[in-house]
Amino acid sequence: MTLTAPVSGLGRLALAALRGIGRIALFAARGLFAVPDPREFLRQLVQIGWLSLPVVGLTALFTGAALALQMYSGGERFAAGDVMPAVVAIGMARELGPVLGGLMVAARVASSIAAEIGTMRVTEQIDALVTLSANPIHHLVTPRIWAAILAVPMLVGVGDVIGIMGGWIVGTQSLGFTSAAYINGSWSFLESWDVISGLLKGAVFGLIVALSGCWFGMNAGRGAAGVGRATKYAVVVAAVGIFAANFVLTGLFFA
Amino acid sequence: MTPVLETRALTKSFGAQKVLNGVDLAVAPGESLVVIGQSGTGKSVLLKCILGLESPDAGQVLWQGQPLNAARRPAFLDGFGMLFQGAALFDSLTVWQNVAFRLRRSHGDRRAREIAIEKLARVGLGPEVADLHPAALSGGMAKRAGLARAIAADPKVIFFDEPTTGLDPIRAARINALIRDIVTETGASAITITHDMTTVRSVGDRVAMLAEGRVWWQGDVSAMDAATEPHLYNFIRGIWQA
Ligand SMILES: Nc1ncnc2c1ncn2[C@@H]1O[C@H](COP(=O)(O)OP(=O)(O)OP(=O)(O)O)[C@@H](O)[C@H]1O
Ligand SMILES: [Mg+2]
Repeated sequence: MTLTAPVSGLGRLALAALRGIGRIALFAARGLFAVPDPREFLRQLVQIGWLSLPVVGLTALFTGAALALQMYSGGERFAAGDVMPAVVAIGMARELGPVLGGLMVAARVASSIAAEIGTMRVTEQIDALVTLSANPIHHLVTPRIWAAILAVPMLVGVGDVIGIMGGWIVGTQSLGFTSAAYINGSWSFLESWDVISGLLKGAVFGLIVALSGCWFGMNAGRGAAGVGRATKYAVVVAAVGIFAANFVLTGLFFA
Repeated sequence: MTPVLETRALTKSFGAQKVLNGVDLAVAPGESLVVIGQSGTGKSVLLKCILGLESPDAGQVLWQGQPLNAARRPAFLDGFGMLFQGAALFDSLTVWQNVAFRLRRSHGDRRAREIAIEKLARVGLGPEVADLHPAALSGGMAKRAGLARAIAADPKVIFFDEPTTGLDPIRAARINALIRDIVTETGASAITITHDMTTVRSVGDRVAMLAEGRVWWQGDVSAMDAATEPHLYNFIRGIWQA
């Protein structure tokens, strides 16, 4: 044991982390810079986008409704209950739509991608792809990444609308807003950048979800336990990645 | 004549476990080499090292006399087919799409499907199987579909990893005859892995006995029964020695 041991240990850890990040970045680049097979791309678009609609829609509906209740009662403290529709619209578009939508997609999609590709890894289907002259990254990763980058912003957009609808239901049914006043209140303060920034976040979150699922699936260990571990890590890393990216993007967009 | 494929002093370990310990093998053009050895001696790992699916720790793989490196691998794989030990059919595709995987890129879907159904017939699977998904097949049927996929594009080099395990004796005999026919008809070079002495005798020109990470005996199938090398002697006769 020498005095420098802790320092060199830290250095080794940092190097290992850098190597890991480098490998993932290379993996992402190889996945991104290729033309996806149109059939597989469409299939993934349905899997990731269309089939996530119910869960993302319901999440947005309840979130918008709860946000309306909170912002109304909170706003009343300084006699500003009237701005509630605007707060709900801005909150959904900028923050809650993309983050909660992204998280629901992480739960649904990162897990299924990791399980599917991980199973292909442990049953030698990925090796079989190689022997059939197909590049596994272009074949499996590219369509999933691009489908997610495209589908998640669409889900976020739909979630924004449904979330505002949730607020509208609460506002008109129990908080005494007229329908026209609520819609007017949502609309008049909402800027296009509020919405666009949220959609951009959605695209980044889509990339994170698909990349996490593909990475852990491709690197799954042997057997059923390997696939189980890959699935768990894919969801956890995608979710934490979404929160971290959300912080960075919010800083970039609005600071 | 330069061998089509050759390994020189191939070595591979997983952790502390040394699986391959200097394997030297060669397959001549149009030759059918059978590799035998007890379960877990590294036969499948050997094939994967040749293909670059596992990276060997040391040693060389040569294709047509030149190193089979990353740059030359795509050209090699273009004329290659492999039957995996567990069939490794793609779950997301139907049986005919699996068999026609390579063909669909060069021929249209309709022609590819026709060829796939022909190849399925050769392994004893009827056209009604073509539109099933692999999950609906029995183990032996999946194996035969995997075989059809391996031979679908008329490869020049073919690996068969235990082509007859999981098949009944009658099917096994048919598959053995089929492998023999393909090698004779197309002049392909083949490496077949098996435990089954019937397969060795009906498929092989030459045999290599793998044990403890290296080749202990190799030679013509006809010379095999007279050989006295203990690993081979015991393997052929099923004599167990600790
Ligand atoms: N990816 C891997 N990681 C760790 N160990 C491995 C890996 N692949 C193979 N092994 C080990 O290498 C040894 C040889 O495996 P291999 O699959 O080549 O055996 P085999 O000769 O094909 O056996 P069988 O006839 O049963 O198919 C086994 O002990 C196996 O546990
Ligand atoms: Mg094996």
